Amino acid sequence: MSTSGTVAMRLSETQRLIASKPAPLGDLARAFRRLNIDAPLFVGILLISALGLVVLYSAVGENMRLLVNQILRLGVALVAMLITAQLSPDFLRRWTPWGFLGGLILLVLVLTTGEVSQGAQRWLNLGIRFQPSEIMKLAVPMMAAWYLHDRQIPPRAGQLLLLALMIVVPTALIARQPDLGTALLIAASGIIVIVLAGLPIRVMVALAVLAIPGALVLWNFMQDYQKQRVLTLLDPDADPLGAGYNIIQSKIAIGSGGLFGKGWTNGSQAQLEFLPERDTDFIFAVMGEELGLLGVLALIVLYVFVIGRGLYIAIQAPDTYSRLLAGSISLTFFVYVFVNTAMVTGIVPVVGVPLPLVSFGGTSMVTLLAGFGILMSIQSHRKLLPH
Amino acid sequence: MGYAFESNWGINLDLLSPIKDHHSERRLFIARVILTSIIGFLLLSTVIARLVQLQIFDHEVFAAQSQGNRVRIEAVPPIRGLVFDREGRVLAENLPAYQLELIPEQVADIDDTLQRLATLGLIDADDIVGFKELSESGPRFKPVTLKLRLSEVEIANFAIQRPRFPGVDFKPRLVRHYPNGEAIAHAVGYVGALSKNDLARLDTSSYAGTAHTGKTGVENSFEPYLHGDVGYRHIVSNALGRQIPTDSRNMADSLPDDESSAPGQNVYLSLDLDLQLLATKALEGRRGAVVAIDPWSGEILTMVSAPSFDPNLFAVGMSTAQYAELQNDLGQPLFNRAIRGAYPPGSTIKPMLALAALDTGATNPMRRSICRGFFMLPNTTHRYRDWKPEGHGEVDLHDAITQSCDVYFYELSGDIGIDNMHDYLDKFGLGQATGIDVRGEHLGVNPSRDWKRTAFTERADQRWFHGETVNNSIGQGYMLTTPLQLAGAAAALATRGTRFQPHLVAAVEDPITGRRTLTAPTRLADVGINDQSYWEIVIGAMHDVMQNVRGTAYATGRNAEYEMAGKSGTAQVFSVAQEEEYDEEEIEERLRDHALFIAFAPVDNPRIAVAVVVENGSSGSRVAAPIARAIMDEYLGYGGDAP
Repeated sequence: MSTSGTVAMRLSETQRLIASKPAPLGDLARAFRRLNIDAPLFVGILLISALGLVVLYSAVGENMRLLVNQILRLGVALVAMLITAQLSPDFLRRWTPWGFLGGLILLVLVLTTGEVSQGAQRWLNLGIRFQPSEIMKLAVPMMAAWYLHDRQIPPRAGQLLLLALMIVVPTALIARQPDLGTALLIAASGIIVIVLAGLPIRVMVALAVLAIPGALVLWNFMQDYQKQRVLTLLDPDADPLGAGYNIIQSKIAIGSGGLFGKGWTNGSQAQLEFLPERDTDFIFAVMGEELGLLGVLALIVLYVFVIGRGLYIAIQAPDTYSRLLAGSISLTFFVYVFVNTAMVTGIVPVVGVPLPLVSFGGTSMVTLLAGFGILMSIQSHRKLLPH
Repeated sequence: MGYAFESNWGINLDLLSPIKDHHSERRLFIARVILTSIIGFLLLSTVIARLVQLQIFDHEVFAAQSQGNRVRIEAVPPIRGLVFDREGRVLAENLPAYQLELIPEQVADIDDTLQRLATLGLIDADDIVGFKELSESGPRFKPVTLKLRLSEVEIANFAIQRPRFPGVDFKPRLVRHYPNGEAIAHAVGYVGALSKNDLARLDTSSYAGTAHTGKTGVENSFEPYLHGDVGYRHIVSNALGRQIPTDSRNMADSLPDDESSAPGQNVYLSLDLDLQLLATKALEGRRGAVVAIDPWSGEILTMVSAPSFDPNLFAVGMSTAQYAELQNDLGQPLFNRAIRGAYPPGSTIKPMLALAALDTGATNPMRRSICRGFFMLPNTTHRYRDWKPEGHGEVDLHDAITQSCDVYFYELSGDIGIDNMHDYLDKFGLGQATGIDVRGEHLGVNPSRDWKRTAFTERADQRWFHGETVNNSIGQGYMLTTPLQLAGAAAALATRGTRFQPHLVAAVEDPITGRRTLTAPTRLADVGINDQSYWEIVIGAMHDVMQNVRGTAYATGRNAEYEMAGKSGTAQVFSVAQEEEYDEEEIEERLRDHALFIAFAPVDNPRIAVAVVVENGSSGSRVAAPIARAIMDEYLGYGGDAP
């Protein structure tokens, strides 16, 4: 056995090489890396989704069928994420103008031939039924980032005008459907690109000042129901059974939840149908009622983690396009979270913005996770590229 | 462009340089990420601050609002008190009845279901459209009542078919039931659906959940006792009002305590059901009333008005057509003649006027008159007729009562005077409220000079004429009395002047403790006759009315095993012209005289006083007296044969 002992003592060259390197990755981490998945981002998304499914199960009245439906949608969205994660930032950048152009055409098609439902024209049926505005959620920041990629930043005034046009045209088309919530989110995603690209602060302040007369002009262009929403925010008790009902019931739900909540599936506001749209736009109120302040803070912490990871990826990104796009996707996600929670708690007017990864519904979730796929692609392809 | 921006983060950039400065671009980007993160942090802080405000500081306010949202207070109606007769026999009770209901959300095809129910005969085919609209108008979980009361046959028929009718079922509820409805309808009264007027009168909070209230009779006047106290229970309901079973979810934890309802008090009447049934039978086919009173307490032993009606119709609810039929019936079945019917008392007041005459000295037992069949006032030609055209011959006071001689009283009338007549009749309670413990009694009229001055507006009409005094002496003219007043007067004669307020309710019983509160008799002012012997003169004559061969009601009073006293009365409904003969045969039934009779027994130890009025009965002694006799027989234990 002495020979075997000496064999064991003496390491081969290869063995020594391996031993000198850090411990090999686990199977899971290897699989993640092979699939270009960013583990922290992925875990964060899964945790939010899991918490979301728990809340949703209660919000839909413990309806297993609807829950399974949502899980399937989540599965589809994860597949979309996996796919976009494989597309390299260079590939995405090269195809960005064509995607943007295609999206614009589809938006025009929606306004001319789209399906009308509930007083709005948002859907297009080309074999599969979808909302082209979802494409623009990604196409607009991609286009802005594409435009700035080869140029010196911060952008100059003329460039700013062109950027503004890239944002205003799709936003206006979507606002015409009308879908004010989505239009505002898309505008935000484009504006975020410009802000991240170094738009001077005094210009931002000047625009903010100009926004006041702009808001008055916008007011004149708003639909009656949209005006009503703004008025309702200012005084929900003016019409407690009409326009203010949602906000009043939502505040009662959240407030009555207290610190610890009434317990999962025990929220009387939600379960007894006092809370409208409890499985979609107002699901945050269900959570506040049943899981209390601690529950919603836990969700907010998870959101902050995911947004933080996204911004980290953006900072690490090697080129302008990736950087601006990653930053915009992350911050737009924040805008979603903020607008929904602020709306449900009665800080901003009711606009149709779902709580990301939690609200019932499929289309927006696919877009959302596709965006996260792009973030992952940016993070994973960075390492493979020579810097 | 020639126009340049400068970074606010202090990073100077060579804007004209065509080469991208990756390093400075990255630093600018990081600066902007920090800036936006700070903005995001501030925005998120407002949301968190808002959450803290809602969930910590304002938590109690919102918790209360959410409780108010989900908890609905539902009234639990009390069980109505029962009504018994003097022997504890049920006069009014609460019986479970079954109503047919349809719950729209559980019915797949409402049209088909209604159609098949109509085929079974459970609903009317004409009502299908209405029921369909009804089932589509309200919340889908709210039952639609298809039929208020199912008969036993209908229940049996439907029970077999029930599997074929998902969403249709019968549901029990309590319905007021009067087992001997017709016999006690006017005394006990009835309950009916609460109307707007009722709600304006009643304390609405205590009637939450109650659908019926007493409308007439004891049911009405003892409503505060019979109704009971409403209870409350807290039920969890959703935004649409659908009740959520509290055990299915963990939501019953913080519900306030329920308050159970307290049943209404049971009411014992002094009525004797046997007497009610007997009187009802005796008045069958006639219009009239019977009232019997225990003279020493004022307890009403029987109170019947005919024709009667089925009070159960009101309790269950009837169609408009059924109600119209009752309303338009010429016999006026809903009219309680016993306390609301005002009739000329006719000769029934003669014993009281005899007492007035004796007490005022207008006559004495020895005074005699010759009755030739009519009377004329001095210097006039108008003949006041006696009921007996050939006259009674020579009569004294005793004969005048026994044979009911009108002329004797005509002659006395001037000596007594209208105001004395009024005063003495007033002492017997005629022409005034008796104070009975049910609502709606007619006051009647006991005329006097004062009365006439206030009753008429024209000066010429306000004067009192002597002829009117003559008429009044035989209970005609302006005089009007109710059967209840006459029974009270008979009772006052029976007791020789001691009077009690008539009442129906003898006791009220707490259904839980069983404690009974007896109604104390209310003694009224005595009649007050100076000489007690006058009572015996008049009562002796009344005895002979029934038990002397010359008495007007001897046919009724003979063969009795006890001593009784009575007085007949026959009141003209229309005036007979001066030289005309009164021919009963030729007069239409509705124009015939009213038949009246008052009586009490036994004479020396009176236990019952009766008044009978039979509208258009022609003769008090022939038609009304036998009914009074039968009531007394039954009450005194000599009954057995119905009249």
